[in-house]
Amino acid sequence: MAVRTGDQGQAAMNGLTEKVLTLDTMNQCVRRVEYAVRGPIVVRALELEQELRQGMKKPFTEVIRANIGDAQAMGQKPITFMRQVLALCVDPELLSSPHFPEDAKRRAKRILQACGGHSLGAYTISSGIPMIREDVARYIERRDGGIPSDPNNIFLSTGASDAIVTVLKLLVAGEGRTRTGVLIPIPQYPLYSATVAELDAVQVNYYLDEERAWALDVGELRRALHQARDRCRPRALCVINPGNPTGQVQTRECIEAVIRFAFEERLFLLADEVYQDNVYAEGSQFHSFKKVLTEMGPPYATQQELASFHSTSKGYMGECGFRGGYVEVVNLDPEVQKQMLKLMSVRLCPPVSGQALLDVVVSPPEPSDPSSAQFQAEKQAVLAELAAKAKLTEQVFNEAPGIRCNPVQGAMYSFPRMELPPRAVQRAQELGVAPDMFFCMRLLEETGICVVPGSGFGQREGTYHFRMTILPPMEKLRPLLEKLSQFHAKFTREYS
Amino acid sequence: MQRAAGLVRRGRCLQAAGPWSRSQSSVAAEASAVLKVRPERSPRERILTLESMNPQVKAVEYAVRGPIVLKAGEIELELQRGIKKPFTEVIRANIGDAHAMGQQPITFLRQVMALCTYPDLLDSPSFPEDAKKRARRILQACGGNSLGAYSASQGVSCIREDVAAYITRRDGGVPADPDNIYLTTGASDGISTILKILVSGGGKSRTGVMIPIPQYPLYSAVISELDAIQVNYYLDEDNCWALNVNELRRAVREAKNHCDPKVLCIINPGNPTGQVQSRKCIEDVIHFAWEEKLFLMADEVYQDNVYSPDCRFHSFKKVLYEMGPEYSNNVELASFHSTSKGYMGECGYRGGYMEVINLHPEIKGQLVKLLSVRLCPPVSGQAAMDILVKPPVPGEESFQQFSREKESVLGNLAKKAKLTEDLFNQVPGIHCNPLQGAMYAFPRIFIPDKAVEAAQVHKMAPDMFYCMKLLEETGICVVPGSGFGQREGTYHFRMTILPPVEKLKTVLQKVKDFHMKFLEKYA
Repeated sequence: MAVRTGDQGQAAMNGLTEKVLTLDTMNQCVRRVEYAVRGPIVVRALELEQELRQGMKKPFTEVIRANIGDAQAMGQKPITFMRQVLALCVDPELLSSPHFPEDAKRRAKRILQACGGHSLGAYTISSGIPMIREDVARYIERRDGGIPSDPNNIFLSTGASDAIVTVLKLLVAGEGRTRTGVLIPIPQYPLYSATVAELDAVQVNYYLDEERAWALDVGELRRALHQARDRCRPRALCVINPGNPTGQVQTRECIEAVIRFAFEERLFLLADEVYQDNVYAEGSQFHSFKKVLTEMGPPYATQQELASFHSTSKGYMGECGFRGGYVEVVNLDPEVQKQMLKLMSVRLCPPVSGQALLDVVVSPPEPSDPSSAQFQAEKQAVLAELAAKAKLTEQVFNEAPGIRCNPVQGAMYSFPRMELPPRAVQRAQELGVAPDMFFCMRLLEETGICVVPGSGFGQREGTYHFRMTILPPMEKLRPLLEKLSQFHAKFTREYS
Repeated sequence: MQRAAGLVRRGRCLQAAGPWSRSQSSVAAEASAVLKVRPERSPRERILTLESMNPQVKAVEYAVRGPIVLKAGEIELELQRGIKKPFTEVIRANIGDAHAMGQQPITFLRQVMALCTYPDLLDSPSFPEDAKKRARRILQACGGNSLGAYSASQGVSCIREDVAAYITRRDGGVPADPDNIYLTTGASDGISTILKILVSGGGKSRTGVMIPIPQYPLYSAVISELDAIQVNYYLDEDNCWALNVNELRRAVREAKNHCDPKVLCIINPGNPTGQVQSRKCIEDVIHFAWEEKLFLMADEVYQDNVYSPDCRFHSFKKVLYEMGPEYSNNVELASFHSTSKGYMGECGYRGGYMEVINLHPEIKGQLVKLLSVRLCPPVSGQAAMDILVKPPVPGEESFQQFSREKESVLGNLAKKAKLTEDLFNQVPGIHCNPLQGAMYAFPRIFIPDKAVEAAQVHKMAPDMFYCMKLLEETGICVVPGSGFGQREGTYHFRMTILPPVEKLKTVLQKVKDFHMKFLEKYA
């Protein structure tokens, strides 16, 4: 038997027979993976919830899960029309029910006709139902002022995360100093660092500029890239716009500069645009990478390789649980595109209910449709409330001494910077935790508010942040923000 | 706009200063100027090419949706465009997709799902009370009482409890712990995740994964992607595809020369082979895994598809437990199930679960961590799984209809299994082992030498050549045995038994006619 490394001796001492699968024998890349959004702080939040349910007394009556961008979990209602169409697809008997509007029925019939056996229960083509991909292409064209989109370049996926992982998988190659490097923003949404770790690629950090509302500076991209070239082969540049956790909405000039940079430096562009419908700040506007790329003309438009991602989880729909998403690829090598389809085919297809939902997202009711008025009203209500919550969050946090919050221009989060007294930092170090994790754990234990420490997303050395969603119900939000600010003040006093 | 877009597609500079943008022409002019400064710049090589891409991904193959299926798609498009063929439709007998072939969903399941999707329906008189009760229970366990919230990464808690209760009932009281249950995006997701965690080491200590030949090509695909070592063990075609422990021993012994065999994958009932392993066989396999310190993966997605009256499904978990504490406390096992097969056939929902036994607590922590990066499996699929494991029981309003529908589907499948086996065995040059379970026939076909030569000329595996010809002449799409693995010099194809009975008979007849013609042509 080939020799296996492992703490077999320790296991034997613990009374456990030596296991085949231990921390030492497992995939070491997987061992290095971290995902803070559902990391240790959330595990503790769950325990506290359990304790509350069991009747234990706490300084709070409920745990507030402000750690994850899950709108419906925080009370946001689904869009009626979407759920109607979906219900009709799930149970086509309802097509004869008088309680559903005609346009919902029409949509459902159209989707079902495009499904194998006219059922959501059949597998679909691995890149998704062609008719839905055509609808996605039309959506992109409308969004981008007429710039054409080819349905063959659209791949539906199990949430945007699935497609992001697939594209990164294709890109990772080489060994040692030729191992693929992936440029990611700091702070970032930790799917990127997790996937880079899992694929054993090389993470190359570029810092967003906190002093300028988290702007992306090409000079910083250049710095990161040049330093990285010593130790890896940088091949991919990931941009999240609107940003997560940072909430900035990049300007058009910035996007053009990024595209030019990517082209010059031969970087494959990944544009994570899942928050494209979440833009709140006056003066901010979403510019899709695809649109800007195309309008820049050749050689960028014709040669720059780009993958843009979208999802049903965010926006005004908040349908996280359905795992709907897509990627549009531009200027990919046709052979590579075939490889992408092949890779996706091993997992057969994305969930069909998610595909159906995506179809309604990209083809909302026409103004003349019966459901249009209610649809628009619901949509606007959600977006208006999110905008109000974004503003409120920024405002309340900026009233707190020692907390500074950049404008929440878009997305669903605030990522305020907080000052932590040196004694607190020291205490954290003694305990072996990051200082902002130390703060967040105490916050959780004393107030029930669960947010994710900035160290889970990355931040400049010596700075501390936390990411809090703007999603708690409006009536609860101000009290929560104030409670958090008060806790910070108390914490600061305690460690002064 | 269209014209400008057309210009872009053809790669020329935008000349027209159309109404949609003056800035376009200035940007375009700048781009044009850049080109003038660097006149040598021709269309350059892409960053991502076949040469530069991930070589492990390049090595991946998945025959079930591979070249023959792509060809079937092309032919379908040609038919749609009115091109004349010797047939009027393509029969997709390549994939285990029951609904696509006309099987109806189970009413109760769709009722509960509809109620969960659109809870206004809870006030509707058109839904039975028991369906409403289920839906309310599921929704109450979801964030915001909605299928649209993320669930815990391990899956909705009460659904995992229901899965555990199902397993306990199925296994005659052998207890299952909800904490050992992980809901997944189809069984494929769970299988892929477990393999991922298992693969480590380098060179001669790279993890070896033992897989049956023939196998369901998810296994070989994931092994390729993870750059693990595939270790083949051959099922015994002459004995109804039985699993022989001596063959396992042979395989592992040889493998130890070049890798570290750590994992043993079993598919029971088998895919593509359809055999249902005996209890004794399962005990032998468990003993072997215990002896050789192998992590056992039991793919049991066809556990509800057992047709032969002489066969019974025995879960690995149950047998393991009943073998006593030396085995049941030590052998690491992961068992997989899915909503895609059985009598529900809900492939599109991507519902699945795995039950893990004897995993190190730290590994379970790693597992949840890995799953958390993808947040959670589709909640609608989790709801579908809940119905699978907790169907209506006698006394409940929906029980009778549910029972009828279930029996109808399973009875139909059993009938089609026998029909397929019998018809194939009437054809000279085709031999089909008994279809004891699952959803496929995997008959062995005799391919004359001349045809083998012709295949070589076309640079195809002989059975791919056969299947391509079958597709082109009859419109029937099956998957060549080479996509699943087979003993050298033998040829097979995998065909599903899913088309409706009358169509199936026609299909089988057509295959027979084709085969006779093929034998004649290449005699």
